[in-house]
Amino acid sequence: MKKITLSMTVTSILLMFLLLQSCKPKNAGSAVNSDAASKAYVPPGKYDEFYNFVSGGFSGQMSVYGLPSGRLLSVIPIFSVDPEKGYGYSEETKPMLNTSHGFVPWDDQHHTELSQTNGEIDGRWIFANANNTPRVARVDLTTFRTREIIELPNSAGNHSSPFITENTEYVVAGTRFSVPPDDANGDVPINTYKQNFKGYISFISVGKEDGKMDIAFQIKCPGINFDLSHAGKGKSHGWFFFSCYNTEQANTLLEVNASQRDKDFIMAVNWKKAEEYLRAGKGRKQMVKYAHNVYDEKNHTASSEIRTEITVLDAKELKDICYFIPCPKSPHGCDVDPTGEYIVGSGKLAALVPVFSFDKIQKAIADKAYEGDYDGIPVIKYEAALHGEVKKPGLGPLHTEFDGKGNAYTTFFVSSEVVKWNLESLKVLDRAPTYYSVGHLCIPGGDTRKPNAKYLIAYNKITKDRYLPTGPELSQSAQLYDISGDKMQLILDFPTIGEPHYAQAVAADVIKNKSVKFFKIEENTNPYVSKSEDATKVVREGNKVHVYMTCIRSHFSPDNIEGIKAGDEVYFHVTNLEQDWDVPHGFAIKGANNAELLIMPGETQTLKWVAEKIGMFPFYCTDFCSALHQEMSGYLRVSPAGSNVPLLFSTGKNQPKVDSIAVK
Amino acid sequence: MRKYFIIFSIAIAGTLLSCNNNETAATATKTDAPVATAPGGQENVQDDVSAKDVVKVAASSKDHTTLVAALKQADLVTSLSNAGPFTVFAPTNAAFEKLPAGTVEGLMKNDKKEDLQNILQYHVTLAAMKAETFKDGQVLGMVNGDNVMVSIKDGKVVLNNSATIIASIPASNGIIHVIDGVLLPPAKK
Repeated sequence: MKKITLSMTVTSILLMFLLLQSCKPKNAGSAVNSDAASKAYVPPGKYDEFYNFVSGGFSGQMSVYGLPSGRLLSVIPIFSVDPEKGYGYSEETKPMLNTSHGFVPWDDQHHTELSQTNGEIDGRWIFANANNTPRVARVDLTTFRTREIIELPNSAGNHSSPFITENTEYVVAGTRFSVPPDDANGDVPINTYKQNFKGYISFISVGKEDGKMDIAFQIKCPGINFDLSHAGKGKSHGWFFFSCYNTEQANTLLEVNASQRDKDFIMAVNWKKAEEYLRAGKGRKQMVKYAHNVYDEKNHTASSEIRTEITVLDAKELKDICYFIPCPKSPHGCDVDPTGEYIVGSGKLAALVPVFSFDKIQKAIADKAYEGDYDGIPVIKYEAALHGEVKKPGLGPLHTEFDGKGNAYTTFFVSSEVVKWNLESLKVLDRAPTYYSVGHLCIPGGDTRKPNAKYLIAYNKITKDRYLPTGPELSQSAQLYDISGDKMQLILDFPTIGEPHYAQAVAADVIKNKSVKFFKIEENTNPYVSKSEDATKVVREGNKVHVYMTCIRSHFSPDNIEGIKAGDEVYFHVTNLEQDWDVPHGFAIKGANNAELLIMPGETQTLKWVAEKIGMFPFYCTDFCSALHQEMSGYLRVSPAGSNVPLLFSTGKNQPKVDSIAVK
Repeated sequence: MRKYFIIFSIAIAGTLLSCNNNETAATATKTDAPVATAPGGQENVQDDVSAKDVVKVAASSKDHTTLVAALKQADLVTSLSNAGPFTVFAPTNAAFEKLPAGTVEGLMKNDKKEDLQNILQYHVTLAAMKAETFKDGQVLGMVNGDNVMVSIKDGKVVLNNSATIIASIPASNGIIHVIDGVLLPPAKK
C-alpha cells in the first residue's frame, strides 16, 4: 500500500513537472504575479472603483468600462448610427448626425476628454472627436448620451482634439490634413500643397453652465499636419501645445516624404493673446458652412442648424500667438505634466524623448531666442526651450501620462512597452512589456493637475495570440497595470470595442451619484408625446399617419391598428410611460428598413415606417421588460391604396365578432 | 490512500491548467513568483502561415546567421517582430567578417550590449523603402538617432559610401536590403 502511494506521488510530481515543462508558456504574457487576479477582482454586485471612457476608433462610439474589473458598462453612440439604441435611426436623433455634407452615419472617434474645473475632472461632460468628417461631440454624464455635436470648417481629419483647457473654457481641434480653406477654390492640383493648403486650429468655447459649444475663433497656420495637443495648466494656463508633423509639406508617400527632416515642431499657442486680438477686432470673418446639432433632454429631440460664419486669426500676421519649437522626428504625443512646467513631445521616429520647459519657452520668447521662422511663425531654438532629453527610452515613443508624483509614463509602439521615468532627472525607472504594440495609455486624471495614479491602462493595437482566435479580425486590447508601487504590475487585460485610442478615467464617485434614472414624464415636451393611454391616437395627414403610442408593462396602446394603406408613411411616436429605473421598452415592426426604437422611461421616440406591402405587420417590445414581455405586442393591418378600410386603433377592445366565435 | 489520490488529482489538474495558462496564469498557481519569465513578445506568436516578418526572413537566410545572433543578443527581436514598417539593412556574414578580427565577438559580450544595440539600430529605419525609392544624396534617419547617407553609383544604392545593397527581400512588416558591409554609426560626441 505504502509503496503504491509513494510511487503514485512520485509519478504525480514527475508528471506535473514534465507537463509544466512541455507546456511552458512561450511568451512573457504569462509573467503575471499570482496576486494580480485579486487586484483586478470586483465581486459580483460590487461597483468598480473607476469609470474608464475609451474612444472607439473606427466604431465611431465611446465605450465605458469599470476598473479594475475591465467590465464593459456601456457603449455610447456618438458619431455612428447605432441600431441597438435607434440612434441615428429615430426621427428625434437623426439630426445629430447632420453635417455640411448631409447625414453622415459613421466616423472615426479617437480621443476622449473629461471636462475640468481648476484642472480637476468635474464629471459633467466628456468630449469626443470625429476624425474623418471633422466634428467634436459633448456627452452628458448624467445620461451618458450625446448632447451636442459641432462640425469644424476649414478642417480635414480632426485629430488633435478634443483636448480642453483647465476650466473647460475651450475644446480645441487641430486639422490633421491641411487643405485649401473652405472659402478658397479647392479644385487645385494636389502638388500645389505648399501654396494652397493651410492648417486651421479651432477653439470651441464651452458654456460654463450648459456646456453649449460654439467656435469662438480659428487660427490660420501653415499647411502642415497637426497631430495631438494638450493645454497648459497651472503656470502655463493660457497656452496650448500641438504636435506637428509633415513640416516637409509632402503631399504623397508621407511614409517616406514626411520623415525627411531631423525635427518637426511642437506649436505653442498663446490663446489668451488670441482672445485679446479677437476682442480688438483683429479677426477676419470667413463665410463657411458647418452644422451645429443639439439634443434636448426635455423634448427628447435633436435639432440641427447650419452656421455660416467664423472668425479667423492669422498666425502669420498676428506675430505673438503661435511659436514653433523644434521636436525630433514626427512628434505624436504632446503632453503637459500636472505642474504645467513640462511639455513632453514624443517623436515617433526619434531615439529620445525631449522634455520642454514652459519657463524656458517664456524666456526664449522674451529673449527672441529664435533660429529663424517657418512660414512666418518664429521658431524657438531647440536648446533654449529644452529641459532635457530622456535618452534611450525605448523604440517608437508615442504618448505620455503623469502620476502627479514627479513621474511620467510613456508608451513605445515599436518596442511594445510602457516606460516610467522621472520628470526632473529624466532617468528611466521601470519598464513593463505590453502585448502588443501599445498606442495610447491612460492614468485616471493623468493629463490633469490632479492625477489619481492607482492604475495605468495601456491600449494595444495588436493582440495576435492573446485571445482565442476569431478569424482575420482580432480585437484590440486594454491592459491594466497597478502603478501604486515603484514597479508597474500587469494585473489584467481585456478586449475592447472598435479600436481604442486615447481614454480617460475618473473615480466613480465623481460621476455615479449624478446618474439619471428616468426622465420625468410631466416634463416631456415632445410634440408627439402621449402622457397617458387616454391621450393615444392615430391621425392621418394625407399619406402620412401619426401613431401616438404609449408603452408600459406589458402592452402598447394602441396595439391594433387598421386602415393603413400601401404607400403610407407611418410615424410611430412611442412614449414610455414607466417612471422606474432600468425599464426601457423597445419597439420593432416587421419590415422596418431602419432599426428599432429603444425608449427610456419618460421619453418619446419616433420610428418612420413605410407601408410597402399589403398584409399584417406585427410589432413588439424588444427589451425584456417583465414576465409578460413576450405578450407585449400588437398588429398593424395594411390595406391596398384606395381601400375603404376605416382608420381604427384600440387596445383590448378589438374582439372577435360573436357569430365568428359561434362557428364550429 | 484518498489523500494521495487527491495529490495525484491536483497534479493532473495542475498540469492541465499549466497548458492553459497563457491568459490565466494567475489562477493556476499559488506562489508569488512570476509564473513565467521567458522574455519576448510578438516573435513568439505561433503562426507558420502568414507572410514572414523581417526577423523571420533574416532567420531563414544562411547568409545572415551573424546578424540574427546579434539581434537576439541585443534584445531587438521583439521590436523587429512588431508591425513596423521597417527598412532593415542586413549585412551578410561575409560583411561582418570584413570587420577587424574580434570585433563581432567583442560586441556579443553582455557588457557591450548597448554598443551592439546602437550598431544594429543604425541598420534600421521606420518606413518600408523599396530600393528604387532611394535618391542620391538622401539622408535616412535611423532608429539609433544617427543618419545614413545614400548615394547612387552605377545604378546601385550605396550607404555611407561603404555598403552596397546587393539584394532586396520584401517582408510582412517591411523590407530587407541585403548589404555587403556593416554600417558603423558616427562616434558619439
